[in-house]
Amino acid sequence: MKRSTLIFFKTLVWIACLCPLADLLWGGATNRLGPDPTAEIANTTGLTALWMLAITLAISPVRRLSPRLAWLIKLRRLLGLFVFFYATLHMLTWVALYSNFNLNAMLDDVTKRRFIMMGAATWLLLLPLALTSTNWAIRKLGGKSWNRLHKLVYLAAACATIHYWWKVKTGVLTPVPFTLVLLGLLLARPVMAWMQRRKTRAVAV
Amino acid sequence: MLIGKVSDIPSSEITSREVHRQFLDRRRFLRGAAAVGAAALGADRMAELFDPRAHAYADTKLQTVQSPLTTTGEQLTSFADITHYNNFYEFGVDKGDPAKNAGGLPTRPWTVKVEGKVAKPLTFDIDALLKLKPLEDRVYRFRCVEAWSMVIPWVGYSLSEFIKQCNPLSTAKYVQFLSYYDHHVEKWASESTISWPYSEGLRMDEAMNPLTLLTFGLYGDVLPNQDGAPVRVIIPWKYGFKSAKSIVTVRFVEKMPSTTWNEMASDEYGFYSNVNPNVDHPRWSQKTERRIGLPFYAQRRATLMFNGYGDQVASLYAGMNLKKYY
Repeated sequence: MKRSTLIFFKTLVWIACLCPLADLLWGGATNRLGPDPTAEIANTTGLTALWMLAITLAISPVRRLSPRLAWLIKLRRLLGLFVFFYATLHMLTWVALYSNFNLNAMLDDVTKRRFIMMGAATWLLLLPLALTSTNWAIRKLGGKSWNRLHKLVYLAAACATIHYWWKVKTGVLTPVPFTLVLLGLLLARPVMAWMQRRKTRAVAV
Repeated sequence: MLIGKVSDIPSSEITSREVHRQFLDRRRFLRGAAAVGAAALGADRMAELFDPRAHAYADTKLQTVQSPLTTTGEQLTSFADITHYNNFYEFGVDKGDPAKNAGGLPTRPWTVKVEGKVAKPLTFDIDALLKLKPLEDRVYRFRCVEAWSMVIPWVGYSLSEFIKQCNPLSTAKYVQFLSYYDHHVEKWASESTISWPYSEGLRMDEAMNPLTLLTFGLYGDVLPNQDGAPVRVIIPWKYGFKSAKSIVTVRFVEKMPSTTWNEMASDEYGFYSNVNPNVDHPRWSQKTERRIGLPFYAQRRATLMFNGYGDQVASLYAGMNLKKYY
């Protein structure tokens, strides 16, 4: 792929990923975040982080569908960093608007409430991934250990999903679509690996 | 507490629904603009086409009187927010869903069945209920268990007035409310695993407390469907889910009735569910709340014991451990 084409696609990703934030900032400035702006900010940042995580995890199976999609991998780091960006905004919403920067209230929340605990765990799992996202860190760690470290994203995805389920009321099924998509993406990996093996075996025979 | 002083004007005259309409969301604003254009053409009916609910509400102003039980000193939540931020899971689980989906709720004809431990089972027609007692303007704070709150100018009369007409037997210790349920009308009810109809209940002395309101309207007008038309209860010192909407059956019973959210998750939603900043919900603190309709930096405020109605209701729970009976 030509360098200019890649820059074009990266610019598109930047613009798309900044849209939810722009919408929040505009809404906040004009007081149009709906009846419960605090909840709107928490929900928008949280859901954006979740769905961007799903998109990030879709890159690897989708690009395997065709060699012509291999370039998608070049967008993955950017998407992953936006996941961390929105997860951080989501966490800061809790720090500022829910806990009012009160350290005791936050400690209370994290220790007593499992959905907050799970949310905090998700953010802490994403943190080392964001910190080691530079080329320098990849070189320093070596491809193999870097890859192993970044397997943490699957754990983070699981924690995020549990956080979502524990947040909604018992009996409410709003997390179902995200959960199904995530399960599909996780299952796609072994399934595609298995199909790949079968293909190579067929060629060998 | 801020209770007891009668405001000089009935709430229905403080802010008309028409003024509040202007503050509805962008889409509705545009629709309103189109309606203004249509009115310029002298076609009043056009407005109805753009907003059929405006027609449904026509001539629905309620005659009200003042009440010493109204809450003063609070800024009212806007009509737009009260009608577009609802938990009414029969019409969908998103806060905006009931406003979109509750149009089909058939509020006429409507009857309320009275059964159980009563001298004689009765059926009240909604229009008879509306005339049973003078309708009062009652501003109450409304605190949701989800930690948000509003201030709402309800219209109704004390539930006790209705209960007196029902002649409950002395064996009636609790009163249960069942909400309307028809899965053809409320197809969104299957978005959750709740078993319908919605059920709520009160201890008899709680139901007889003058603050407990049999509610027919808000902002001086009949209840919009999404707020529990045509008749609901409001128990201002309890979390909002106790205040059952669109009531079709009132049942007097001897034992504590089974209630919907308590069945779903009894550790999160107790039978009493009095507003109590000292008893946290398992998933969040109840010490503070978010006032609806304010900018995000101004929403957070302290939650009051019994939602600020302790003077009137604390005696109901004298000697009870409210951490145990949450």
